[in-house]
Formats: sequence, C-alpha cells, structure tokens
Amino acid sequence: MSVSMMSGRAGRSRRRSGPASPARRGQAVKGWLYVSPTAVFVAVLFVVPLLLVVRMSLSRWPLLTGDQGFNAPDNYTKVLDNRFFADSVVFTVKYTVLATVLLIALGLGLALLVQESSRWKGLLRASFLIPSALGLASASLLFYVLYSPIAGPAADLMANFGWTFLGSPNAALFSTVFLIVWRFAGFYMLLMLVGLQGIPSELYEAARIDGASRWQTFRRITLPLLRPTLALTTIMCVTGSLLAFEQFYILTKGGPDNSTITVVQLIYIMAFQGQNDLGVAAALSVIALIALVVINAVQLRAFHNPDEK
Amino acid sequence: MSTHVPTPAGAQVATEPDAGPSAHPLPGAARPAPPRRRPVRRAPTTRVAGLVLRTPYWIFTGSLAVIFLFPLVWTAVSSVSPQAGTNQTDGWGVGNYRTLADYQAGIWQYLANSAFVSLTTVVLTLAISLLGGYAFARFSFPGRNILFLTTLAILMVPYATMLIPLYVLLNELNLQNSLIGVALVLTMFQLPFSTFMMRISFEAIPRELDEAALVDGCSSWAALWRVLLPAVKPGLITVGLFAFLTAWNDFMAPLILINDSDKLTLPLAVSNLRGQVQGVVDYGATEAGVVVLALPCIVLFLLLQRHYVRGFMSGAFKG
Repeated sequence: MSVSMMSGRAGRSRRRSGPASPARRGQAVKGWLYVSPTAVFVAVLFVVPLLLVVRMSLSRWPLLTGDQGFNAPDNYTKVLDNRFFADSVVFTVKYTVLATVLLIALGLGLALLVQESSRWKGLLRASFLIPSALGLASASLLFYVLYSPIAGPAADLMANFGWTFLGSPNAALFSTVFLIVWRFAGFYMLLMLVGLQGIPSELYEAARIDGASRWQTFRRITLPLLRPTLALTTIMCVTGSLLAFEQFYILTKGGPDNSTITVVQLIYIMAFQGQNDLGVAAALSVIALIALVVINAVQLRAFHNPDEK
Repeated sequence: MSTHVPTPAGAQVATEPDAGPSAHPLPGAARPAPPRRRPVRRAPTTRVAGLVLRTPYWIFTGSLAVIFLFPLVWTAVSSVSPQAGTNQTDGWGVGNYRTLADYQAGIWQYLANSAFVSLTTVVLTLAISLLGGYAFARFSFPGRNILFLTTLAILMVPYATMLIPLYVLLNELNLQNSLIGVALVLTMFQLPFSTFMMRISFEAIPRELDEAALVDGCSSWAALWRVLLPAVKPGLITVGLFAFLTAWNDFMAPLILINDSDKLTLPLAVSNLRGQVQGVVDYGATEAGVVVLALPCIVLFLLLQRHYVRGFMSGAFKG
C-alpha cells in the first residue's frame, strides 16, 4: 500500500530521540490500548485465516469431517486436473481484459465529458454515479429481469429475432460485461475526475498559449500526468474482474454449457457444491492469491514511469 | 505485499488533491478547509452560436444519462405494473410486493436480518476505526507501521479466497451460521478503508487542539470525545456510509457463512426467490425485491453524495 503516503506521514509525525522516558512508555501503552480492537480484528480475522488457507490447501479437508491430515500436494494436482480449471482461467482472463479495457476507456471518457462544473454536468455526473450505489448482487438481479426473454423490455424483440441476451456463450459474456460497465462506469469516472483534478491548470493554459490542439493537449499533457490514476484504476479493475463472482452466479449461473464459470465460482463449486472439498478449494484460493499478487506486481512494473527513478 | 504507485505525481494526487489551483473542481467534494479556487476561464462564444453548436452535445450526453437511468426507472415502474405470471396481472398495484412479503420467512425477517448485519457492521467499523485512526495519528507505539501496513494489506487479498478459511475459523468460534459472524467478517474487510480514512481525518486536525486539552488536564480519552470527535465527524460519516453500502449489499459472505434460510440477508433472499415456485421465475417479485434492495442505497447516496465523493478524494482507494 501507498508507501509514498506512509513516508509523508512519518515525516510529519514527531520523532523523539533519546532513551525511553516514562512519558513515552505511557504513549506506547495508550496507543496500543486504542489500537487493540484493530489489532484483534486484523490478527483473528485476517492473519489467522491467511495462514489457515495455506494449511488447508496442504491437507485433506472435506466440508463435513474437517481436517484429515497432511496430503500435499494432492489438492493442487486435483485443482489442475479439474475439468473446469483451464476453461475457467481462460474465461476469467477474457472477461477481465474486456471489462478493464471498456471500463477504463469509458471512465476516462465520461470524466472528460463532465469535467467542468455546471448544473447540467452535475446532473450527468449524478446519473452516471447512481448505479454505483447499488450492490453488485442487486444490479445483477436487475439485469436478470431486464435480459429475460419473458419479462424484459426487449422480450418481444428477442422473440422475433430468436436471440437472447444470455443464450449463447458470447452473448452471455457481453451481456454481463454490459451490466458491469453500467454498474461501475460512474465509479471509475469519479476516480478519473480526482486524477484530472491533480493536473495543474497552468499546464493547460501554457498549451493553449502555444496553440496546441485538443488532441495534442490530451496526448501530451492529460495522459502522461494521469498515469498514476490510470495505474490505480487498471489495477483495481483487473483485481475486481479476476475475482468476479456475483454477476455470473446470479445472471448466468455459469451457463450456457458451463461457458461462463469464473475462478472464484469454481472455488465456490469445489467447496460447497458437489465435491464439498475445502482442501481443493483452499488450494485454488492460494493459486488465485499468488496469481493476483504476481499480476499486480507486473502491472505496477509496467506502469512505472522509466523517466523517474 | 506492498504495492504503491511509485511516482511523485501519484503521491501528490493521493495526499493533496488540492495542490495547486485546479481548473476542474468537483463540487460536493468537501474537505477540511479547501483553498479558494480560481474560476474557470472559458473562450468567449456568442450565446446563439453556442446553443446551435451544442445541440449534438445535449443529445449525446442526454442519451448517455438515459442509458444509465433507464434500467432503474424501468424496474421501479414494472414492479407495480401488470404482468402475466405474477401476483399483479390486472392494473397497477403492489401485488408483487405482497408476493415478496409472503416469501418463506417473510420479507420483514430478511429486512431485519439485513438491517442487523448492516448496523452491526457500521457500529463496529465506526468504533474500531475511530480508536484505531486516533492511535495511528496521535500516538507512537512499537509495531505501529507494521500493524498499519498489515491492515492495508487486507485490500490486497481477494475477498473470495479468504471466505473458505473464514468459514472453517468461524465454525471453530461457533460463529458460523450466525449473523454476528457475517458482521464481524464484513467489518474486517472495511478496516483498511476506514482506518486509513480516520487516520487522515485525525491528522488533518492541528495538534495544538488536543495538546491544549491535555495541558488543561484532560485525559487522552476525554480529549478524543470532547475535542476531536466533532472535528472528525465528516470522516466518520464517510466511513459509516461505505460500511453500510457494503454490508447491506454483500452477497458472498452470507452465501457462504449462513445455512438457515430464515437467517438469510435480503440480497440472498431475493436471489433465491427467483427459482422457487416450481422452477418458474416470478419476475414481478424479483423486480419488487430489487427496488427494496436498491431504494435505501440510492436515498443514502443522494443525501450523502458529497461524503461519498470524499471517500474517493481522500486517496483511500489508492493502492
């Protein structure tokens, strides 16, 4: 997490030198008292489960009987042998690329559209943002009805053309991506607006005086200076999309023909549907966790500006 | 597992969104003592020419707004309009809401469950992050940075991959199949954002304020309640709003942690409602369920929009 911010804070906070005084010890005790609820929550509900998931992934651990002892690396080979594993990885990546490209482009486009403040633009901003107040599950349920060939607003049209929103693998993918774009575009617009706000207006003024075109200004000033924001939004979007669950669980239920099973859905299926094997589900969780850390590290490297040290 | 956006510009955006006069103010983004902004300078155009030139712009942006609002409006309208295969076949009325009210344990039970989980999460998140933010901002103690970074690392670990071990752990603690267990898990996932938010809220207050209180003989506890609490109220509202929206809407934690159907929260109940009647989906009741789910969120969002925006401005989403 933002080390840059951390160091900024640390620089501002008081640094006392010399041996530990009673006052300082009192500070430490009080600090720990105030922070102890945080510490308990983080330790019990975050650190312990993180260690537990690794242990579970190395043990035989059926849902009903619990820990049956060490069996590594059986769970991991079972994950790799799962008939949905490869397909779910491919599908999740495909979905992630599609959703990220669309959301970043649209988020930036909408932000540029409503950047200046006026009454109309304020209204636009609010209408783009309202869907992000909804939960992902509510939004998925909403589109479940909207896409329905029986009750949806396009039901008659669908009947005429013999086509449905969720009928074929590709249609289901694109329909789900549309739902996600609808739900999240305003959210990414807001993050982009924050980034745009950080660009000093002097730069735009200088560009105008130099006679730069709109495109040149965008290409040479906005995009490079928006780089940190673009990095942040891309990483958030990739992380969120790789972990997609609700939208597919509710909208497509993994169908048609098991074509829309994501990795997280597979974890759920392994743990609670059919196999009931928490060990294998934990192994896939660990794989997903490591993959995500690697992917985020690669993205940070890719977004790192070579001009800066 | 520390990731950060390694550019000075990134740090600037993250910590001081106000740095420099900005030409693109976000209205409603209220922060402690924002500096005066310079008015936006626009190229002069005559009114009439401007209006004609901007007609395509109005049409384009207007239709975009319609695309974003249509699904919500359509759902709200059709939940009360006649529809075959639902409880509301003739004329307008609340038949679909009656179906929803009578579903299994009844909508009131599910509403109560959701309200319990949401309020518990909000109260716990507020209390923990208020004290934690105070400690991180005002006290130096061993392990401070490690604990803060570990808290933020929760953001880096995917929610879904944590639920399998949490299921086992809560089982050990006798908190599985319990709404309190769900609230505890949701609170933990709120901690990175809210602790960060409260820390910067406390750090924005001048130290002289609480030091004066301490000199006057206040304990640090009294200084927190009497002097600092009013000053961090906007931060608390933002934290509470995000905690509520997350808890109210969460789907995965109750899906995995709750077994009894009368302990389900509203999103799950509405989701289950779809396929229950002989495999035939009651779309009308589903629409009604979506309206009940979405209404509190949209009302809260419209009322507290500037607190919502502040959540983003704070840089707490910077990872």
